[in-house]
Amino acid sequence: MSKIGVFVCHCGENISATVDCEKVAEEASKITGVEVSVDYKYMCSDPGQTMIKEAIKEKGLTGVVVAACSPRMHEPTFRKACSEAGLNPYMCEMTNLREHCSWVHEKGDQTTEKAIDLVRMLVEKTKLNKPLNSIKVPIHKKALVIGGGIAGIQSSLDIANAGHQVILVEKDPSIGGHMSQLSETFPTLDCSQCILTPRMVEVAQHPNITLYTYAELEKLEGFIGNFKATIRLKAKSVDPKLCTGCGVCYSKCPTKKIPSEFNEGLGLRTAIYTPFPQAVPNKPVIDKTNCTYYTKGKCKVCQKVCPTGAIDFDRPDEFITEDIGAVVTATGFNVLKPNFFPEYGYGKYKDVITGLQFERLASASGPTLGAIRRPSDGTEPKKIVFIACAGSRDPAKGLPYCSKICCMYTAKHAMLYQHKVHDGESYVFYMDIRAAGKNYEEFVRRAIEDDGVNYVRGRVARVYEKDGKLIVKGVDTLLGGKPVEIEADMVVLASAGVASHGAEELAQKMHISYDPYKFFAEAHPKLKPVETNTAGIFLCGACQAPKDIPETVGMASGAAAKVIGLFSNSELTREPVVAVVNRIASHEVSTCVGCFLCETACPYQAIVHEEIKNRAGEVIKTVAQVNPGLCQGCGTCVSFCRSKSIDIQGFSNEQMYAEVMAVLEA
Amino acid sequence: MNNEFEPKILAFVCNWCTYAGADLTGTSRIKYASNVKIVRFPCTGRIDFMLLLKAFANGSDGVIVSGCHPNDCHYTSGNFHARRRWILFRSLLDFMGIDIRRIQFSWVSAAEGAKWADIVNTTVASIRELGPYTEYQRAGDFLANNEEELAKEMEVNNG
Amino acid sequence: MEIGFYPGCSLKGTSSEYAQSTLALAKAFDINLKEITDWNCCGATAAHNLNHELAMALPARVLALAEKDGMTEIVVPCAACYNRLTVTQHELNQSEELRDKISEVLQMPLSGNLQILNVMQFIDKYITNRIEEKVVKPFEHKVVCYYGCLLVRPQDILKFDRLEDPQSMDTLMKKIGADSMDWGYKTECCGAGFSVSRTDIVAKLSGKIVKDASDRGAEAIIVACPMCQSNLDMRRPQINSYLQMNIKTPVMYITQAMGLAVGLSKEEVGLKKLFVAPTFA
Repeated sequence: MSKIGVFVCHCGENISATVDCEKVAEEASKITGVEVSVDYKYMCSDPGQTMIKEAIKEKGLTGVVVAACSPRMHEPTFRKACSEAGLNPYMCEMTNLREHCSWVHEKGDQTTEKAIDLVRMLVEKTKLNKPLNSIKVPIHKKALVIGGGIAGIQSSLDIANAGHQVILVEKDPSIGGHMSQLSETFPTLDCSQCILTPRMVEVAQHPNITLYTYAELEKLEGFIGNFKATIRLKAKSVDPKLCTGCGVCYSKCPTKKIPSEFNEGLGLRTAIYTPFPQAVPNKPVIDKTNCTYYTKGKCKVCQKVCPTGAIDFDRPDEFITEDIGAVVTATGFNVLKPNFFPEYGYGKYKDVITGLQFERLASASGPTLGAIRRPSDGTEPKKIVFIACAGSRDPAKGLPYCSKICCMYTAKHAMLYQHKVHDGESYVFYMDIRAAGKNYEEFVRRAIEDDGVNYVRGRVARVYEKDGKLIVKGVDTLLGGKPVEIEADMVVLASAGVASHGAEELAQKMHISYDPYKFFAEAHPKLKPVETNTAGIFLCGACQAPKDIPETVGMASGAAAKVIGLFSNSELTREPVVAVVNRIASHEVSTCVGCFLCETACPYQAIVHEEIKNRAGEVIKTVAQVNPGLCQGCGTCVSFCRSKSIDIQGFSNEQMYAEVMAVLEA
Repeated sequence: MNNEFEPKILAFVCNWCTYAGADLTGTSRIKYASNVKIVRFPCTGRIDFMLLLKAFANGSDGVIVSGCHPNDCHYTSGNFHARRRWILFRSLLDFMGIDIRRIQFSWVSAAEGAKWADIVNTTVASIRELGPYTEYQRAGDFLANNEEELAKEMEVNNG
Repeated sequence: MEIGFYPGCSLKGTSSEYAQSTLALAKAFDINLKEITDWNCCGATAAHNLNHELAMALPARVLALAEKDGMTEIVVPCAACYNRLTVTQHELNQSEELRDKISEVLQMPLSGNLQILNVMQFIDKYITNRIEEKVVKPFEHKVVCYYGCLLVRPQDILKFDRLEDPQSMDTLMKKIGADSMDWGYKTECCGAGFSVSRTDIVAKLSGKIVKDASDRGAEAIIVACPMCQSNLDMRRPQINSYLQMNIKTPVMYITQAMGLAVGLSKEEVGLKKLFVAPTFA
């Protein structure tokens, strides 16, 4: 038999001004199962709380209903008080007489009647409450960071500096990502490599960071604090322990004409290669698709010339598994590639290039050592056209979003061009200039005013080649829509940032959501920008949406802070408001029929399949089971369940029915 | 006291948006009709359709279901499930003889205190116009009063 | 083999050589193009600007007649006709209500399952696989292919080729030995909308097209649309006077070029009907 205590608060006059609190307490005392019912001026005050605690002890209350303000305000207060008096905190409920009654209705019988009804509802619910214990989940204090660009580097360093172990996985032979390809960075024009390479070295030397380059996540199982990650270490064909990075192998490699990924196809590399001279680790790998030994079975020049015998052609891919507590996804982005712009002739005309290719041209470490040259004939372009929003903000091309970084890097490109080609003429075709950021607008104005870049507001309809020139046909909307034709030597497309290759597969491996453009989805667009809807997996950088370096770094540190916060406890404590699948009577029985509709409804992959076995160890039934580490307690599964076998603690079917019936039957 | 019909209305709301929105109505001291009693759920996705039927079967004259706006769900997608369920069950309810005007389905965010008051007031007004919900009771009475006849009819149909 | 054929007004009048060459080319490949019985106007010139229902009903009648004739596929060489018929069939397939309404107006059933082929699709489907063996006189000339607007737009309905840089005509021309060059005016406007009312604008717009072709040394401009052809060809005096030049690059239908390549005579493909005569054939 329940012994419920009802405690009606006046909240000074906030409640008592319109609700007759004494009457509420009096009426409540008449409800079956109510052992004590009192009203008091300030229930949340110390004397008020003491009143509740004493009643619990003296009357042996099994449940408490505090009729006061919103539970969003004081539920933790009263639950704590109950707990201190020896009552399970989840046996305490609040009913909202203030925000939902006294403040929104006029003084009168009706208002008091409603207050009584509200109390009655919660009393009936509380009668069915069950003692719950908060859920403890152990945590493996080791983080997995996927992606070794600036986002992954920053996140790894922050976590490692906080004293936790980090495993950094990078799919390419070197860390550095897109930032290592950039020439100068806006809005300060400091050299990208100069600010990035020290960080790369720090990662490689950090005692808490284990770096796996040329590696990819193969599988991720488990849940927050308790992931098991399987990582594929792609065979490098070079033993990193023996290799000293002397570079004889790639200077002697006969296969020299492979377009360099690092130089965006504007330079060449060998089959055994390091992507760039400042690579970390600075040890080569063999590109099996282009190496003559792998394709034709002969060559082995690198093996012959290697002074340490580090070349190992036969080593297969290896797999390692690691116990991980949290994952930071920092897989970055890609830029839109050929065939997307038939009207701009990308892929058809050599001198129509992407912004990233321009970065390589302008970079001191690039194929032209920083001189702006036409890829077609190596001459210096005297007239250059930059096309902003090449693909971005273009619903017709299927990319309605803004790539965010292009306005700024286009201004930077035009500026760098003017600095390098003094007699050159540059044009930027743009839709809008989106220069929102510290010193960004000033930077764009500098490009226009100091460096004399011609900004033309309008879109380009077509680019075609005639007599060695690229004819750019566009419109100047500020001149009343006048058509503009420019005979350019080079055209640079600020091509849209798109999700990185394989983003979808990776998201599916990790069970995180992604948007229609395959960018990973954050848990909440405003308040949870670095979390995913899978607990323990965090996001940072351009894998979530295109973003610039400062924003990426900020987000990376944010994700790291989340991981460090998680790792600051050895156990994770969670509210026990989670779903459970019933196991009535004996262990072998559940009304669950194993339809797993709940699994389809669950946004957190918290439903697992549990096999019920008989004594002989044979599976007699497969039923759903909730992983309390993953369940967030939304209860969507409950309303999906056909056999009413799954229920949510604290908001069970029984409780909710009782609450509804209480007000209707009254 | 006047004799105007005072409907009993239940509001099934989610904890994160509409419950908080109704709290804001309170802190903003916006007045609304006292006919509506709020039942707090973790998410609209949790709101079992059977609860609606239960409410109507036991004398509720109307029900408000309200949660986070699309894409704002605290649990990512619960409100989409709720919306889908609503679309499907709306026609079923209609078929069962429950006037679907008695159910108000809406999105109220934690910032929309005024909207909540508005929804309550308009719902109360429209339910008042529809009058008390008696069909279930009438059906129950009919079944009870015609037990024998119905049993016979069943026999005929089955036989 | 027999396939349905919808000539439309152009191919019966100003562009009879297009019809002539299409039929001759088909015949060379043992395909008989059978005209739809009692066909009518496709509504391209005015109807679709004035009355949506009429604009649907006119082409719908053509489609219904073809279905009545038992045709499953029809070839529609004129780009405007092709556009109207395809768009109509698409729109009617989108809305059952509209289809029932139009069907009632026509007093004829309409299934909406007809395959509508333009000349390139027709050639691609029935001729390309045999073209190489049939070419007796390779068309070894520098050409530019001009697609215009109606063949490629609206892209979501016609789903024909790459919208901004179409390739199908170039591919076909290369198959018969032509040097099909890259140029800048593949899909630019020829001014057909003003072909009667504002010939000065036609001269200007078509002039740019003709000039680019001539600048690049094209020996012919290859087209698949009667409007394009007549603008670039018939309006040549105005174009030349606008350009203050004397450009003599002929404008040929793709069917004429292909016909010549497979050994048809100048007469069989109606070369004489061109205003700017090709000098090489």
